[in-house]
Amino acid sequence: MRPGDFAIVGAAESDEIGTVPDTTSMGLLLNAAGNALEDAGLTAADIDGITTGYFEVSDVSRQLGIFPKWADNTVVGGCSWMFQLRNAIAALNAGYCETVLITYGESGKSTRRLGQSGGGGKGSMGQQFDMLYAAAAPPALFGLPIVRYMREYGLTEEQLASGPVAQREWATMNPRATLQEPTTIQEVLDSPMIAWPLRRAMCCLVSDAGGAIIVTSADRAKDFPKPPVYVLGSGGGLEAGIMSPAGVREPLRPEFIRTSGEAAFSAAGISHDDVDHLMIYDAFAHNPIFGLEGLGFVDYGDAASFISEGNTRPGGRLPMNTNGGGMSYAHTGAYGMLCMLESVRQVRGEAAAQVDDIDVAVCHGWGGFWSACSTLVFAPERPS
Amino acid sequence: MGGLGTVSVVANPFVPVPTPETQPYWDGIADRRLRITRCVDCADAFFPPGPFCPHCSSQNIEWFEASGDATLYSYVIHQRPLKNWDTEGPRSVAIVELAEGPRLVSSVVGCDQTPEALRLDMALKATFVPFDETTVLCFEPAEGAKR
Repeated sequence: MRPGDFAIVGAAESDEIGTVPDTTSMGLLLNAAGNALEDAGLTAADIDGITTGYFEVSDVSRQLGIFPKWADNTVVGGCSWMFQLRNAIAALNAGYCETVLITYGESGKSTRRLGQSGGGGKGSMGQQFDMLYAAAAPPALFGLPIVRYMREYGLTEEQLASGPVAQREWATMNPRATLQEPTTIQEVLDSPMIAWPLRRAMCCLVSDAGGAIIVTSADRAKDFPKPPVYVLGSGGGLEAGIMSPAGVREPLRPEFIRTSGEAAFSAAGISHDDVDHLMIYDAFAHNPIFGLEGLGFVDYGDAASFISEGNTRPGGRLPMNTNGGGMSYAHTGAYGMLCMLESVRQVRGEAAAQVDDIDVAVCHGWGGFWSACSTLVFAPERPS
Repeated sequence: MGGLGTVSVVANPFVPVPTPETQPYWDGIADRRLRITRCVDCADAFFPPGPFCPHCSSQNIEWFEASGDATLYSYVIHQRPLKNWDTEGPRSVAIVELAEGPRLVSSVVGCDQTPEALRLDMALKATFVPFDETTVLCFEPAEGAKR
């Protein structure tokens, strides 16, 4: 397989995101899947491979009227759909199918995931040993390494607040973003304490949304209505148990991030200087810090100043989380699909806060509380 | 079986449900002892406890009573903990490093729940704390530990 042998040819969100009452996770999924098919000019009959997460994949395919010969139900938390894209490319490369639909929907806010399955069930590792201490609250589990990082590298609460401020600048340009008013470091620091040192404005939103992506071979990709988004490379890695952040071996230098990033950059044949646009899944304000370092964009300990100096804000040299991110745009619970869809919009040139001249875009997502991550490299042109 | 006219009691989903593989840990906690597993072949202790050594892939493991000595690796101070504890108010959620090596998620009790009182690397001692109708593992500052 060479970089760009496979491409995204259809991509869409649900009609509405944010607060979508009286629609289940499945309803959001079906709406987004239909929109992605329309975006690609396809119908269900054209799809012979399907993936989903938090649902039985057959419940999804049957409702869509798809009778696939390949399916994947990988669930590793929020970046499951990024893993599924990677798996889909492997399946396409093996000849198991020709056109794969990746489906996602989550009523994180309104119908509270009615009908979904998920981690943390009775007798699971997380249910026995982790969740009760934190009331299963994501900030109280995901936030655990921050205080250690603060002491090791001198990260301040003001620096931690600068990421949400920079991302809000992007969101002011995005009419679909949930929060569009500019904010300040002081406002972030004045927001209610959730799990010290994380305050509410350092936490993601709780939203409803669906998303879907269609991927096929590059040889066919030019036949679709929208410009192809070529996948140059991908990576992934697992580290801790899904609800068990103590399982990260080196919490300040997590190996699985490095593993995933190196695999993706190496497969794509790119270096950090080639990257024009970056998405790093921001469930909480510290996630992009750990991502920038783990992926090698900056040295360990330098990411917070990289962000607070303005490098990732509009006009900065590495535009990051340009939809506003999970903290300003929308965050359902499993944000990986929405994260990828912003990369796709940017590479296509149809984003709300469009970055100029993107040749290479990188998207990095997390699963669980550092149980998994995945890295994808996208481009508007197929390398010759 | 539930049916019309019966009162259904919804169990607290946060009360840990032991499995056959973890039952000795929970029997230990009920007995106010910290029992975990280590590998007979490579001698590494590991957590969560179980029948398979994550360090050397051996299935030759044994249960032992850990010292209960530990240090505070990192933490947050959660403003809205569950209401099933015997104390109210903000509560630490911590990564604790056992003297035997493994790290685990727990809570540090017996001191102010403030950044000033919760010092990284402080010495801790295991303690056993009521949670709902059961008992769970927490830690307290070693200097104030009840012997």
